[in-house]
Amino acid sequence: MGAPGRPAGGASGQGIGASMPRKEDDRYMRGRGQYVGDIKVAGMLEVAFLRSPVAHARIKAIRIPDAIRAHVVIADDLEGVKAIRADTSLPGFKSSVQPALATGKVRYVGELIALCAAPTRAEAEDMAAEIEVDFEPLPAVVDMRAARRPESALVHEHWGDNLYLTTFVDVDFEAAKAKAAYSVTKELVTARQVMSPMEGRGVIAEWNSRKGQLVLTTSSQQPHIVRTGLAECLGLAEEQVRVVSPDVGGGFGYKGILLPEEVALGFATRKLGRPLRWLEDRRENLTANANCREHHYVLTAYADANGRLLALDCEATVDSGAYSAYPFSACLEAGQVGSILPGLYDFPHYRCKVYSVATNKPPILPYRGVARTGVCFALEVTLDALARKIGCEPNDLRFKSLVQPHQMPFDNIAKRHFDSGDYPKALRMAIEAVGHDAVRARQKQGEKDGRRIGIGYAMYAEQAGHGTSVYAAWGIPFVPGFEQSQARFTPDGGLELRIGAHSHGQGMETTLSQVAHEILGIPHDRIKLVHGDTGETPYSTGTWGSRSMIMSGGAVAAACDALAERVLKIGAALMQAKREDVRLENGFVVGPSGRMAVTDIARTWYRRPQDLPPDVDPGGLELTAGYKAKRDTGTFSYAAHAAVVAVDPDTGATEILDYVVVEDGGVLVNPMIVDGQVYGGCAQGIGTALYEEMGFDANGQPQASTLSDYMLPGPGEMPDVRILHLETPSPYTRWGQKGVGEGGAIAPPAAITNAINDALKDMGVELTMSPITPRRIVAAIDAASAAAPLGGKAA
Amino acid sequence: MKPSAFAYRRASSLSDAVAALAANADAKIMAGGQTLGPMLNLRLAQPAEIVDITRIPELCATSETSDWVNLGALVTHAAIEDGLVPDPTRGFLARVAHGIAYRAVRTRGTVGGSLAHADPAADWLSCFTALGAQISISGPTDTRRVPLHGFMRGALDTDLAPGEILSAVHLPKFSANARFGYAKFCRKDGEFADAIGAALLDPDRAIYRLVASTTAGAPIVIEAGAAFAPEEIPARLDAAGSTGDSYERRLRAVILKRALAEAMGK
Ligand SMILES: Cc1cc2nc3c(=O)[nH]c(=O)nc-3n(C[C@H](O)[C@H](O)[C@H](O)COP(=O)(O)OP(=O)(O)OC[C@H]3O[C@@H](n4cnc5c(N)ncnc54)[C@H](O)[C@@H]3O)c2cc1C
Repeated sequence: MGAPGRPAGGASGQGIGASMPRKEDDRYMRGRGQYVGDIKVAGMLEVAFLRSPVAHARIKAIRIPDAIRAHVVIADDLEGVKAIRADTSLPGFKSSVQPALATGKVRYVGELIALCAAPTRAEAEDMAAEIEVDFEPLPAVVDMRAARRPESALVHEHWGDNLYLTTFVDVDFEAAKAKAAYSVTKELVTARQVMSPMEGRGVIAEWNSRKGQLVLTTSSQQPHIVRTGLAECLGLAEEQVRVVSPDVGGGFGYKGILLPEEVALGFATRKLGRPLRWLEDRRENLTANANCREHHYVLTAYADANGRLLALDCEATVDSGAYSAYPFSACLEAGQVGSILPGLYDFPHYRCKVYSVATNKPPILPYRGVARTGVCFALEVTLDALARKIGCEPNDLRFKSLVQPHQMPFDNIAKRHFDSGDYPKALRMAIEAVGHDAVRARQKQGEKDGRRIGIGYAMYAEQAGHGTSVYAAWGIPFVPGFEQSQARFTPDGGLELRIGAHSHGQGMETTLSQVAHEILGIPHDRIKLVHGDTGETPYSTGTWGSRSMIMSGGAVAAACDALAERVLKIGAALMQAKREDVRLENGFVVGPSGRMAVTDIARTWYRRPQDLPPDVDPGGLELTAGYKAKRDTGTFSYAAHAAVVAVDPDTGATEILDYVVVEDGGVLVNPMIVDGQVYGGCAQGIGTALYEEMGFDANGQPQASTLSDYMLPGPGEMPDVRILHLETPSPYTRWGQKGVGEGGAIAPPAAITNAINDALKDMGVELTMSPITPRRIVAAIDAASAAAPLGGKAA
Repeated sequence: MKPSAFAYRRASSLSDAVAALAANADAKIMAGGQTLGPMLNLRLAQPAEIVDITRIPELCATSETSDWVNLGALVTHAAIEDGLVPDPTRGFLARVAHGIAYRAVRTRGTVGGSLAHADPAADWLSCFTALGAQISISGPTDTRRVPLHGFMRGALDTDLAPGEILSAVHLPKFSANARFGYAKFCRKDGEFADAIGAALLDPDRAIYRLVASTTAGAPIVIEAGAAFAPEEIPARLDAAGSTGDSYERRLRAVILKRALAEAMGK
């Protein structure tokens, strides 16, 4: 596959490599998708939660009017329910337990206190408004760096400090100083953000007394993981829990989390004896739930006399919020900073210390790009600053320091194993595509409207589909192992594929159909992907970490290979040919003296078994096969992003004039879908760079509660992102494919910040925060001109 | 979030609506619902009764005299954007309308609702003030016609007495030499403005009017002369009590200068 000369999509043009329109779009574009909010169950009540109005307090008393007491569930009612616990086995990790409903204390604004159930959501909200809670206020821990100081108030008193975890790596760092010719130290911050899928979370819980089963219909990207976690919290056996995830309107990591809301509904449906539904509204999503990304860095980069990267020295702090979220834990971000920070570069000396801090804010959750967006920002913005110090084009520093193609596969200074690729080539392509020299020329001329033009670059690698060996070392609640798929022919010759991962917008109903078509030649309209239901699919850790095309793609291929073999054997026997003389082609078993449709073989198996050869495999046309990559350290797709911006120094407005992405995702199963992933990711990256920020005041009150305060980029803010591809196959995966789901969201903050700093460098301005708002740009210009001597040139 | 319970009533005429408001002190008018809807959902407004005025014919009507264009309060932003109502500004209003919110909001949002709500960042407030608009206010006893300038007392605070309805907006007609300028600064398409500048230069009528939105109250109106220089803007704004921190004040001046430059054809 991906072989030179192979037509895109194989012989039929519809297999691996075809930019086929997405099958699922027919229902999505017509508004016929089915989300939790579209589902109603007879007798169902709607749930509203009473949430904590304060960030940190002891609960002294909860008063519930008698008239509504029977419709309300609070912590005292949660008999036999265990708190959510997401520990890691990393040495020194401190455990937090997240109760389904606040128990004794509240630790962030929005923490659940009471579940209220009523025929309508409005009535349930009326109920919540009638409940009174007496709080004994405690000082709120809001600033992650202040939280590290010994005098800080404590989020979890018994810890003795506010640190979930401190990690440290040192690779011969001290030796760097003597060799360094240049260095810069930068302080960088990335704002707390909120993941904003179009569909929020939604849960329906009902007890099926016939099956003795709790059925939880929930908008999840990891239904099997939710099932395991839920069963543990509720004290149920796993076979007593079925998790169904219908259409999911975007996830980005948020839909992988086991929510306290899910546990509370799972319990309350039995206690109240009614099916219950909770639909998250945007206010809950913003203020209480989908928080992510808050990092702080002090980063020093050193270069040698040849202008090559020599060393990095970093102290990073990650605001992990009040609880360790299930299943990825409070340390997924912080724990990865040290291993991601070296980026695509080859340098000899390194030191990195990372603090994962508890605060009175919602738990930090993994968001598309997990940790990489902040890390890429810190590294690439600092590298540009280092280049300015050296007095060279930032890309000169990059070219001298990038891992070279002949070094592949390459084990970097943080022990990451880069599988394949040509990093300098990606950068060269980006430079050419964006028209670097023309931009520099335009920059010299100046703009008539007084704006300033800048150009900036950023690169990253996105580790994907990493498995057992990586996660076993983390010791979080799950470790991904083998991935399975079940493949089954129906009596009329259709193909059903079952996987435990779950699409939340990636188009897996199409791409996995392409994989099956590639092997079996069955037409796409006869291939059906069944996913999103633990009752119908093999166990899987789900769709996260850009793993599905690698793992589910590999499993579907394995199942189809095995099924092909059975079909061929039956076909050969029916055609009285030898097995080695027949082959599969376009849905037919083709032999020396004719051909037989797979449909006919299926019909024979199910409906005319009397015609089957006596030694036929009794397993029939249905099987489950498994897959694991040849090496489970993951694939490393990578990209070079280039941004051209115009900055208005009078208003601080930034316009993105051009944006180029050169991406290498290995062999692309469906290039159009990959482009969509890159494009959508870029929109989110632009949000991080310029718009999105969830602020908190000194009391821990969130400062945005609607999308008019929490600013997301819209279509008008999206440049026409130009995407170019390299296709270096991964040596470790079935087709050479690599995970590419997250990359788009990683580099834009760094590339755009570098472009803005390039635009404003003559003014002595350098911004090192995200988002870069107009106000921050103007403030930085003011500060720079105040610092510069009157009439003098800024340093 | 969902609204708390309210009674709903659809008024059939202006007098019916006025009577409904008189009968229930806790009733609230709903026009396009684009502001009231979110306020109800967030439970920031919890009226006992909603009086829906959208089916009142006289509030949808438009008319023209030799000196004035009259827009019923229910004229939507979209109707102005699409040129479906008389426009004394030769397309300037359509352009301002196009910059309000998103099309879905413009389809329902009304000029009357926008002015009555009196959000300092609302486009029509600054724009119509610059044009020298007047408004009609209908109450239980009569309808009074007043200049828009002075109607807004502060953020979300107007001269409307309880039970009164803003029934029409009146826009003067301009000379053929009139020039208009409008600049809006917002961080993304469809957002409320961080700063609005509007300018009307009608030399034949000796009108040189500049208007700047504020973040905290009514727009600032500068009646400039023919000899007015753009450089005077910051000082004139400060003299008029330009509020906010240094960024806001400077942005206001920059944006007003841009509106003036447009009106001057620069
Ligand atoms: C996402 C979004 C973005 C927006 N962006 C902008 C923007 O960029 N610029 C801008 O100017 N506006 C903006 N708006 C506001 C919008 O344009 C409407 O003008 C505004 O919602 C009010 O008009 P309405 O007809 O919807 O009033 P309603 O929501 O129905 O009513 C608003 C208030 O005015 C009262 N009211 C309504 N009509 C009358 C009347 N005739 N007499 C007396 N009282 C009345 C109501 O009782 C209520 O208190 C935005 C709104 C949204 C939802």
